[in-house]
Amino acid sequence: MVENRPWLNIFSHIVLILGVLTVAFPVYLAFIASTHGPDDFMSGVMPVLPGPHLIDNYWQMLSQGVSTSGAPPLWRMMFNSLVMALMIAVGKIAISILSAFAMVYFRFPLRGVAFWLIFITLMLPVEVRIMPTFKVVADLHLLNSYAGLSIPLIASATATFLFRQFFLTVPDELTEASRVDGATPMMFFRDILLPLSRTNIAALFVILFIYGWNQYLWPLLITTDPQYYTVVMGIKRMADVADAIPQWNVVMATVILAMLPPVVVVVAMQRLFVKGLVETEK
Amino acid sequence: MAAIELSDVRKTYPGGFEAVKGISLPIRDGEFVVLVGPSGCGKSTLLRMIAGLERITSGTVKIANRVVNNLEPMQRDIAMVFQNYALYPHMTVFQNLAYGLKNRGMAKSEIDIRVDEVARILEIEPYLARKPRALSGGQRQRVAMGRAIVREPAAFLFDEPLSNLDAKLRIQMRGEIKQLQKRLGTTSVYVTHDQLEAMTLADRLVVLNTGEIEQIGTPLDIYRRPATTFVAAFIGSPAMNLVKAHRRSGAAVFGDASLPMADDIASGMEVTVGVRPEDLTVAGTKDALRLTLKIAYVEELGATRLVHGTVDGQNLVASVPVDCPLGETLEVHAEPSALHFFDPQTGRRLN
Repeated sequence: MVENRPWLNIFSHIVLILGVLTVAFPVYLAFIASTHGPDDFMSGVMPVLPGPHLIDNYWQMLSQGVSTSGAPPLWRMMFNSLVMALMIAVGKIAISILSAFAMVYFRFPLRGVAFWLIFITLMLPVEVRIMPTFKVVADLHLLNSYAGLSIPLIASATATFLFRQFFLTVPDELTEASRVDGATPMMFFRDILLPLSRTNIAALFVILFIYGWNQYLWPLLITTDPQYYTVVMGIKRMADVADAIPQWNVVMATVILAMLPPVVVVVAMQRLFVKGLVETEK
Repeated sequence: MAAIELSDVRKTYPGGFEAVKGISLPIRDGEFVVLVGPSGCGKSTLLRMIAGLERITSGTVKIANRVVNNLEPMQRDIAMVFQNYALYPHMTVFQNLAYGLKNRGMAKSEIDIRVDEVARILEIEPYLARKPRALSGGQRQRVAMGRAIVREPAAFLFDEPLSNLDAKLRIQMRGEIKQLQKRLGTTSVYVTHDQLEAMTLADRLVVLNTGEIEQIGTPLDIYRRPATTFVAAFIGSPAMNLVKAHRRSGAAVFGDASLPMADDIASGMEVTVGVRPEDLTVAGTKDALRLTLKIAYVEELGATRLVHGTVDGQNLVASVPVDCPLGETLEVHAEPSALHFFDPQTGRRLN
């Protein structure tokens, strides 16, 4: 279709630019705030140009943290977040790809029941089942541990369906050819299904990593030991100080740093990510 | 290399649909057997039961004198070529060929030797490092064949391997499969719905219909003496003309023609007469039967010309030379020996 409508072009560009500004401006403000000293926010007016304290603020956060809010140094929280996000992403992919494999390729008793149980967990995000989940995790003595942070979030089914849909598009002849070639079901899974799911796994990894990284309510509930604080809840603790003005400069420095790992993951895996969402390799 | 023996093999799907209704078929060592029939006749199901991809409801399948009913496909020592090739898309051609050997725990050096050998036979050496997606349809077909050959199995099973190719390539590959099978001497079972493919490839042809064998024989036997009207109409292109004729003593009457027919071969008042389009000739001997064909339309095939017309209200096709003059009608002749008589009720052959 050839179109030559200059006004439409200009209009759509204006809309796009406005969209970009709406998204980018708060991020810009956060970055600016992280370059000022602690007193620059007293007046209630946000500065819009960079200040001189960039290195001071980031160094303070990374090395000491904000002792008044009981937060450990930032690197510790970043590490906790990373461990949690990775455990959730890897654990969820491993469990869901295996359960999808079982559901698509095997006929077993109660297969329908299993399918519906998994389906139901889709409708129950952590926030809905938070009380019983907390009770279970507490009884298992998993409070203040990486296992407690990640396992309850691993147990849900979103990814199972993605893999199930993908497996259904893999031609039956491939399964049959591998049987004729003497592959056992697990060999078929390892040699054929896994390599074919590569792009789907990458796409899912990106989504789940960000999902895990951004978890807020759950880590807030089950960690009381600063050693296990994650960065997202750490931000909240720092901003939420009693009888004092929050140190916005360091809070914003934390925000910027907390944003980096998801950005890195997305940028690094973008090619695979898009491929996994839009096409199936066959 | 081995013989395959099917005895009273049945397949009933859950829900009661009977896809294969008791087929017994001995296949000799080194024989090329083609199962042919329209879609839904159970030919693929039968092949898949031999391969071990489909459970056998009852009956036995023997490969090399060993009952294989409950064995996995690999233990049956067969190789299969699928319609859509089923090459592993993420593996190179070499890996595709080697996968089955690797799973059998063969040493890497021997795998290399075997794959190279097969690649040489099939002339796919330049593509060994490529992925299937970078190959053309014909090349993929060769790789699929290669994956079967490299295993050196007791039998090849082909499930409509040529139907995804264009017409020209199909004829070429058909020839190559035939030559290859002769050279390797491996027992082969080949499933197709294409009667021409079946005729050209088979040592022995098995015509299937609704899960049962209609006729077994060499391609020429089946062409010359079809056992039923189904086989008569299915094998041969253009299809055999089948018309209804009335019985009189010593003859069957059709239009204004009287066909000589012995009295004792049928009992009913009607009989189905079959005659191949190419047996309807412009010139005939004095014994020949004369029919006046009222021409409806003509199809030019280049070498011959197909004249579609009616005699006594029933459709007939005659295959005549292109130089034969055409008018409103055409006089055609059929030798008595070229006539096939069938029972109109059962469809069975009478003469």
